[in-house]
Amino acid sequence: MSRKPYEKPMLVKHQLGMLNKYGSVPSVEPMLSIDGVAVAELLEKYGSPLFVFSEQSIVDKTEELNEAFKLRYPKTTVAWSYKTNYLDAVCKVFHREGSWAEVVSEFEYDKAIHNGVPGSRIIFNGPLKPADALEKAFRNKSIVNLDNFDELQTAEEVAEKIGEDVSIGIRVNLGTSATPPWGRFGFNLDNGQARDAVRRLLAGGKLSLNGLHCHLGTFIQQPEAYQEQTAKLSHFANWLREEHSIILDYIDVGGGIASCNTLHTQYLPGSQTTPPLSRFAEAVSSGLSELTCQPDDYPTLFLETGRALIDDAGYILTSVIANKRLPDGQRSVVIDAGVNILFTAFWYKHEIVPAQAVSGTPEQAIIHGPLCMNIDVIRPSLLFPPVEVGDKLVIKSVGAYNVTQWMQFITYRPAVVMISTSGDDAIIRRAEDLSTITDMEEVPGWLQD
Amino acid sequence: MQKGLVMTGNIRLQELAVNESGFVFDPHTGLTYTANETARYVIEQLKAGSNIENIVEGVKAEFDADGRDVYRHVLEFIHNLQEQGLSSLEAPGE
Repeated sequence: MSRKPYEKPMLVKHQLGMLNKYGSVPSVEPMLSIDGVAVAELLEKYGSPLFVFSEQSIVDKTEELNEAFKLRYPKTTVAWSYKTNYLDAVCKVFHREGSWAEVVSEFEYDKAIHNGVPGSRIIFNGPLKPADALEKAFRNKSIVNLDNFDELQTAEEVAEKIGEDVSIGIRVNLGTSATPPWGRFGFNLDNGQARDAVRRLLAGGKLSLNGLHCHLGTFIQQPEAYQEQTAKLSHFANWLREEHSIILDYIDVGGGIASCNTLHTQYLPGSQTTPPLSRFAEAVSSGLSELTCQPDDYPTLFLETGRALIDDAGYILTSVIANKRLPDGQRSVVIDAGVNILFTAFWYKHEIVPAQAVSGTPEQAIIHGPLCMNIDVIRPSLLFPPVEVGDKLVIKSVGAYNVTQWMQFITYRPAVVMISTSGDDAIIRRAEDLSTITDMEEVPGWLQD
Repeated sequence: MQKGLVMTGNIRLQELAVNESGFVFDPHTGLTYTANETARYVIEQLKAGSNIENIVEGVKAEFDADGRDVYRHVLEFIHNLQEQGLSSLEAPGE
């Protein structure tokens, strides 16, 4: 007599609220491949865990952003936010698709140059721009947005040193009814500090003002915030023209648009709560309609959208290394990808799905990483089907910030692979090994044998 | 006397209503559960007073569990029943 298929015995309590007016608990659909390449094959070839980036996804999202904004405000230029993901291959896809570079440090500036971006297509932001870095940026005719009065003075000294006409933008911060205060950077527009900065800049006589920059915050799901922002920036631009005869070359609205990830504090999934890019474009163009300049004088609109373009393009492929039952009865699934490479697990309920067909009754589980640290929790609670040691999982939407904020801690950082638009896969960052770490270290003479 | 771990104090377990599709009803609390086929088999065996060793052998005979750690799975399942207040588990003589 043939035996029945085996499943680990499971008794799962029925819970209230599993089906309600907002819909049922989402089912866990396995993801067997990424852009036509089998997940199992990728792990076999490059090891586990593994970061994977989809070139097609980057191309599609960039096109969607450009179309949404240029339809409503043709003078739009996208600048790729390096800090969101500055792997060379990723940056090169964005640049090939027409994006400029937006950098916030000299290191990122040099990386953009290294990636072949002309200096005149680099936007240099951030609170740390030493004199040497400013000089390099001024000589390269980069766009530089100043953060504070001290930096303004440094910029004047550098401009005087190089003896050329130097144009700069100023970063401003402002309040909207839909976003929390974000006042650390730039000059405040609401209390008059930004106008004082302009007066001070003009009094110095060494720089000219050609742009405004304003970054509202992070993971913004409210398009109306951008309408208020751009309306205020437009009014400021009108004042600059009327009071000081300054016609701006650009208005830079920064980044901050949310991706489709789900914050831990959210009930509904981000795929339902994050508005489409077209609604942000509508809001920005609506705010910019407050500009009163002549049609030929309309400034270029710069976008520094980061996470909304790259988050969905990134995946972590990982393997189950243990199943455990915790003292309080909770189920724990331990995987080989930890919070040291998935920093965003602290912010998001990342979607995690098996990479092979599953059967059996789903049960609530904690997904733990492999680190010998109590905080190594990838998902604190997730309804998840039974999985066995060696099973493969896919963690979705990890493309933003993880490969820039990851830490070498306890384990090596894994390889990063890109799948091309034609379905080829290639390493874009090698996996670390012992030499990666020890090559940076020195042992003083008195400790050597 | 039975060897190994046996279920004791199984009044609630004995009264669990389990149908063929795996719907489980606990008349003491009104709570309901879903049990998979292996779980239904194990509950039946527990109700019949089998010890763990016999249950594990029974599962291996009934299901294609080659290469799987059935002993651990059954033990974990019984602990799950305990955590839900549906049974208790003791070694004879303890």
